[in-house]
Amino acid sequence: MPEKRLLTINMGPQHPATHGVLRLLLELDGEIIVKAVPHIGYLHRGIEKLAESMTYPQALTLTDRLDYTSGLSNNLAYCLAVEKLLEIEIPQRAQYLRVLLAELQRIAAHLLWVATHALDLGAMTVLFYAFRDRETILETLELVTGARLTPSFIRIGGLAADIPDTFLPRVKEFVADFPRRVDEYETLLTENIIWKKRTQGISPMSGEECINYGVTGPVLRASGVYYDVRKAYPYSSYEDFDFEIPLGEKGDVYDRYLVRLKEMRQSNRIVGQAAEKLPPGPVTAVDAPHVVPPAKEEVGKDIAALIRHFKIMEEGFKTPRGEVYASIESSKGELGFYLVSDGTNRPYRMRIRPPSFVNLGALPKMIEGQMVADVVAAIGSIDIVLGEIDR
Amino acid sequence: MGVANAAETSLQDVINWARKNSVWPVTFGLACCALEMMVASSATYDIARFGAEVFRPSPRQADLMIVAGTVTKKMAPMLKRIYEQMPEPKWVIAYGSCACSGGIFQTYSVVQGVDQIVPVDVYVPGCPPRPEGLLKGLISLQEKIAREKPGSRRIVSLPWGKNG
Amino acid sequence: MDRRAAADLLKEKFPEAVRGVEEFRGETTIAVDKGRLREIMRFLKESETTRYDLLVDLAGVDFGDESPRFKVVYLLHSMKFNHRLRIATGVAEDAELDTVSDIWKAADWLEREVYDLFGITFGNHPDLRRILLTDDFVGHPFRKDFPLKGVDFDKPFPVCLEEERGNQIDA
Repeated sequence: MPEKRLLTINMGPQHPATHGVLRLLLELDGEIIVKAVPHIGYLHRGIEKLAESMTYPQALTLTDRLDYTSGLSNNLAYCLAVEKLLEIEIPQRAQYLRVLLAELQRIAAHLLWVATHALDLGAMTVLFYAFRDRETILETLELVTGARLTPSFIRIGGLAADIPDTFLPRVKEFVADFPRRVDEYETLLTENIIWKKRTQGISPMSGEECINYGVTGPVLRASGVYYDVRKAYPYSSYEDFDFEIPLGEKGDVYDRYLVRLKEMRQSNRIVGQAAEKLPPGPVTAVDAPHVVPPAKEEVGKDIAALIRHFKIMEEGFKTPRGEVYASIESSKGELGFYLVSDGTNRPYRMRIRPPSFVNLGALPKMIEGQMVADVVAAIGSIDIVLGEIDR
Repeated sequence: MGVANAAETSLQDVINWARKNSVWPVTFGLACCALEMMVASSATYDIARFGAEVFRPSPRQADLMIVAGTVTKKMAPMLKRIYEQMPEPKWVIAYGSCACSGGIFQTYSVVQGVDQIVPVDVYVPGCPPRPEGLLKGLISLQEKIAREKPGSRRIVSLPWGKNG
Repeated sequence: MDRRAAADLLKEKFPEAVRGVEEFRGETTIAVDKGRLREIMRFLKESETTRYDLLVDLAGVDFGDESPRFKVVYLLHSMKFNHRLRIATGVAEDAELDTVSDIWKAADWLEREVYDLFGITFGNHPDLRRILLTDDFVGHPFRKDFPLKGVDFDKPFPVCLEEERGNQIDA
């Protein structure tokens, strides 16, 4: 009787379908996965420790590099944490603009997700369509922030600058046109028999399992659990906007896909409402001169403004002692910042709660018992970003 | 003698022309710069018009490694192994500040520049550089390949000993 | 059920284990003794009045010269009552902390990360090994006495693959 052994294969850190440098060690019994062990840390850069040696405004630039598919969301989460620590009031125009920019970034991140997920499963056309739409968004964001991928535009105290006049017409044009684009993706994928066979019934997770594993974001909502930080702990005036939270039923890969597509439509609604209802006013906090740098025109003319500008850029500002936690609903899940301050101008400890890290912990549970060809679908459906996992 | 030289030079020109217009990269996106690399290969910036259309997942079928993103000390042995699996002739573009020199991450776990591990032909700085930067880097690499002299590379490359 | 009620409930059920309650910026942090941590966590998760079923975050903080040196912070969220609570325990330098990974599976990787970066060991953890750094890394980088640039920052980085030493004919 021949002896039967398990085959161990390595899905290495360099792999087109692992969305970054993720390594999976799979033990296979034929085609069925018996055990899966993810190895991460191939992109560990020590961002949290690096932030301890920078002032609060300087550490903001590090946050762009976490979830690099949606840079502005990370900025927003960090700024919310610091503003909570300092107890600063943000004017309403800045809050609405933050919502607008964050939701545009969410659409861009989901577009990237659908492009790479469909590419992994063989539907290459979706990549080109989705990247075309993502380019429209990135160009619109570049118009206001100056950078495509790492903007650092949402600053502590508000925004870095006000929006130019050409921004809102472009946003409104995008909002009017976008539902038709999502219809295009739906035509290509949703009723496609090959797509359904590759995604329905793959790696289902129930709601209780998801909560036990700490999974948040579209993966949790696809399993039917109603938890979205925008509704549970509203931040930055999200309670003024009218939007729904799509839920799934079975929690398999197909449901996660449907949830994300519906989220794109809801985000489009929010962007439209924010562009319509945008109030006039300042974009930075008015009663925080030690945090918000003065306007550039003043710096050129007034010596006091020059000194203030210099001090903020060089030394930052002191924060009261204490610890805070602030979180947002990013496109991957609940992104949180836990700041411990010791009263100086540098964070004593900046802990980033990465949604993809906790979601990836549930991956072995998702793929054990499935076939090896479904691993790619499962990894794609969790939507991981290694920059955020490894920090 | 002159005729042989001229023949050798024009043969080298033909070889260089063939090599530079069909540089196939291996997918080696590590961090944020990988997104700009993906955008460069999509419709708006279209790296395919320069011949670099097919991003090969396997290094054995590629001749260019675009190191896009931060190289950590944990990833460095894999990078070296992928580089060594590529057959001759091969080139490396260091795309992004982290690949050029470590970028903003001067920490305990980041290799300060991929040129500490593999020889780099073109450096493209930026954080991240625009996709046009990658295209410019690719064009510079093509110009560098066009300048290669006859005899600078062996005709047959063997997998052991001192080679390339 | 609000946060103050959770604190009062804990003080009533585990009076000697609750070290202090702090309110800051609308958040409640309850400092507990690490000896009864597992019972407290299990109570918080399973009791019908609290039902903290989501472990949001598990973080470590190094206080350098203070005693105890480390603090491990658990952030819990209750889906049913929709509010959050933070539990903090102090851990001395070579002491061990009990794992909560059988109560919330999310703690599995989060505790591995705290072990990797701070060196705090978790007793009865199913698989306590390094997660973000290489297996042969010396030291725990997020401790305050570990330099940011590490050791040998200025020297060129040597990469040597195991097989390469065997194959070289003219090394």
